[in-house]
Amino acid sequence: MGAADAAVEAFAPNAFVRIGADGQVVLTMPYVEMGQGTYTSIPMLIAEELEVDLKQVRLEHAPPNEKLYGNPLLGGIQATGNSNAVRASWQPLRQAGAAARTMLVAAAAKRWNVDPASCRAQSGEVRHAPTGRRLKYGQLAADAAKLPVPESVALKRPGEFKLIGTPAKRLDTPAKVNGTAVYGIDARPKGVKMATLAQSPVFGGRVKSVDDSKAKGVKGVRQIVRLDDAVAVVADHMGAAKKGLAALVIEWDDGPHAKLGMNDVVGPLEQATLSPGAVAENVGDVGSALAAAVTKVEATYQVPFLAHATMEPMNCTAHVRSDGCEIWVGTQVMARAQEAAAKTAGVPLDKVVVHNHLLGGGFGRRLEVDGVIRAVQIAKQVDGPVKVVWTREEDIQHDMYRPYWFDRFSAGLDANGAPVAWNHRFAGSSVIARWVPPGFQNGLDGDSTEGAIDLVYGLPNLHVEYVRVEPPGIPTAFWRSVGPSHTVFVVESFMDELAAAAKKDPLAYRRALLDKTPRAKAVLDLAAEKAGWGKPLPKGVGRGVSIQHAFATYMAQVAEVEVASDGAVRVRRVVCAVDCGIAVNPDTIRAQIQSGIIFGITAALHGQITLKDGRVQQSNFHDYQVLRMNEAPVIDVYIVNSTEAPGGMGETGTSLLPAAVTNAIFAATGKRIRKLPVADQAALA
Amino acid sequence: MPYPLTVNGKPRSVDVDDDTPLLWVIRDALGMTGTKFGCGLGLCGACTVHLDGQPVRSCITLVSAAAGKRITTIEAVGATAAGKKIQEAWVALDVPQCGYCQSGQIMSATALLAAKPHPTDADIDAAMSGNICRCGTYARIRDGIKLAASGTKGG
Repeated sequence: MGAADAAVEAFAPNAFVRIGADGQVVLTMPYVEMGQGTYTSIPMLIAEELEVDLKQVRLEHAPPNEKLYGNPLLGGIQATGNSNAVRASWQPLRQAGAAARTMLVAAAAKRWNVDPASCRAQSGEVRHAPTGRRLKYGQLAADAAKLPVPESVALKRPGEFKLIGTPAKRLDTPAKVNGTAVYGIDARPKGVKMATLAQSPVFGGRVKSVDDSKAKGVKGVRQIVRLDDAVAVVADHMGAAKKGLAALVIEWDDGPHAKLGMNDVVGPLEQATLSPGAVAENVGDVGSALAAAVTKVEATYQVPFLAHATMEPMNCTAHVRSDGCEIWVGTQVMARAQEAAAKTAGVPLDKVVVHNHLLGGGFGRRLEVDGVIRAVQIAKQVDGPVKVVWTREEDIQHDMYRPYWFDRFSAGLDANGAPVAWNHRFAGSSVIARWVPPGFQNGLDGDSTEGAIDLVYGLPNLHVEYVRVEPPGIPTAFWRSVGPSHTVFVVESFMDELAAAAKKDPLAYRRALLDKTPRAKAVLDLAAEKAGWGKPLPKGVGRGVSIQHAFATYMAQVAEVEVASDGAVRVRRVVCAVDCGIAVNPDTIRAQIQSGIIFGITAALHGQITLKDGRVQQSNFHDYQVLRMNEAPVIDVYIVNSTEAPGGMGETGTSLLPAAVTNAIFAATGKRIRKLPVADQAALA
Repeated sequence: MPYPLTVNGKPRSVDVDDDTPLLWVIRDALGMTGTKFGCGLGLCGACTVHLDGQPVRSCITLVSAAAGKRITTIEAVGATAAGKKIQEAWVALDVPQCGYCQSGQIMSATALLAAKPHPTDADIDAAMSGNICRCGTYARIRDGIKLAASGTKGG
């Protein structure tokens, strides 16, 4: 908000809503848009209570300010993540709209000298039905601004919603189809130069020497910037910067991780699952139940490191001056970006201006500020603004990765095949312990264990332990569907194994355990019915089912998968039933589930990052493959009507998908996938 | 040496090495940011533009190869009949999510529609599988092409 804006600003009853004398409603958006539709669903919450049309709302990115815009579901950190933007906004944003509306009505009633109860707000104006008088919000803004902000206001009941629950058109679509949408990578402050960089190919390595004689001769190259662990080329355009980078001769000191390989990662994880960890949940007495069980089932599982591979490669534009710093970026963490820039530039926090932008994909990658730090480090040595754009190779090889996890299960079945004991211990990195240290307590954090505990199933004896093991020489981070990206795969795979050991239908086996969770049972039944569960399939084709309660949403999926005689796996169809409480924008929910499922198939079939000699072996979309149009299955989404508070949506489809696919592969072939990705299993051929 | 180019019907001139990829000429030298960088190797399609109406990956197309040809970018594709239909279908179906790949998707889809007014699913697979969408909007892209082709959403 500039000074000129402030002059005409008439009414700003809270940090989110502002109404000018011209009637323009401005919503200051505390959550960022990275595809998940927040720039439509959050305005819907405000517009519903404010009684304005969605088209009347204009959006502004919130400035960094955790006091005003901190996420109440993420400990007050100003962050967009964990599928909770709508959940976190559900009360406060509707309250903000309702408070503003109440004040506008009061202002009108005062001017007309009538009872506010006889006035009604609708379509951006206040109406007095008995006399037919009307005043637009813009005409009331100045008066409303003089009134006290009500401490509490009544919110609409679900039956009164006019906007919430309807499929609203996305507000950001027009700019995204004509090339005018501006992402961080599109920022062009006056005089900006382009830069690209090479970071130490081994994490923790250093620059030993640089020969830049040839690079300096490349037309358009302006400057070579040397950092401790990276070298950047600054140029007139990215083509020259890349050419210059290729012409550099850099000698690296690889440091302590020079010989690191996957055995150095997996070995300690496997070992850790052989000794007790922190108890995440205990029900009954697993030891006795296992001893008394008729059948015992044991299995281990592994899931790999994964890169985010957002379509917009990592980038940040920075301008460091003696008296301050300005950055242009697309970030999920505004305040952290500001803090990182201030610290790196060595200037006070209030001297850092952050311009946030649309994100060309987030998936957790932009919850990290390493890209901001890099840009500011480089900008400190450059006169004027510099845009630092990572090549795709840097983006893949210097990501912060979804952790590798190793899981060990044992279970016992009674004479009827019912699970009487469930014992699960797993080891892996705690992202929470680094990202928000107070969230890691007594060896546990709520993210690593989500999906492994508080299962939808009624199990009489259950014991779950977690062992935190940080991998050497490779950074870890949140990745779309976070903890459940791992836990739901292993839990739903092992449940399938128990059904197989009991010689029961995997869907009926699960259903018998869902008496305590009717919402879970309902989505399971819906998915089964719509998928035609039990109907015959051609040879080589199988159906698999999976179910989860994560991010406060219930979901079931049935995947139909074909395994060719050469082992090639094709997901033909995925049916998904979801109960996410009140479906704020059903069209976005369908889109997010389609999106999550495609993201999940990519991970299940292809996704893995591996290390050799300390280096990430993958580099671009040829060896870090993502699903393409010709591989995309039919996806059918069914939304359960509900009046419960909204659940999360951006990640649920992803975490649930892999087990549905691998269970379907088991149904088709009898082969159980216990290590992802599927493409790594020669056994299928 | 200065390169004469025709971009969206207008004559432009840039002074870059002749092995400079067209993508950086468009984005950095000419300041038109609708065309996106995704991979730099022609693997993802985010940088797709038209040369004389044909879709090319501008990240691996050298500026020297574009000289003398009509370059069309996302900023002007709506002026073509096929481009307009595709953009309208994209809006009608709310195809984009993060939106970053959509300039390239629209350029590929427009070229398909211009060449084949009634593309089959196989045509769509063939024309569109070079364009990656990490948000997984493939189902809506397919529906969008069918809507643009027929005025109805189709299967």
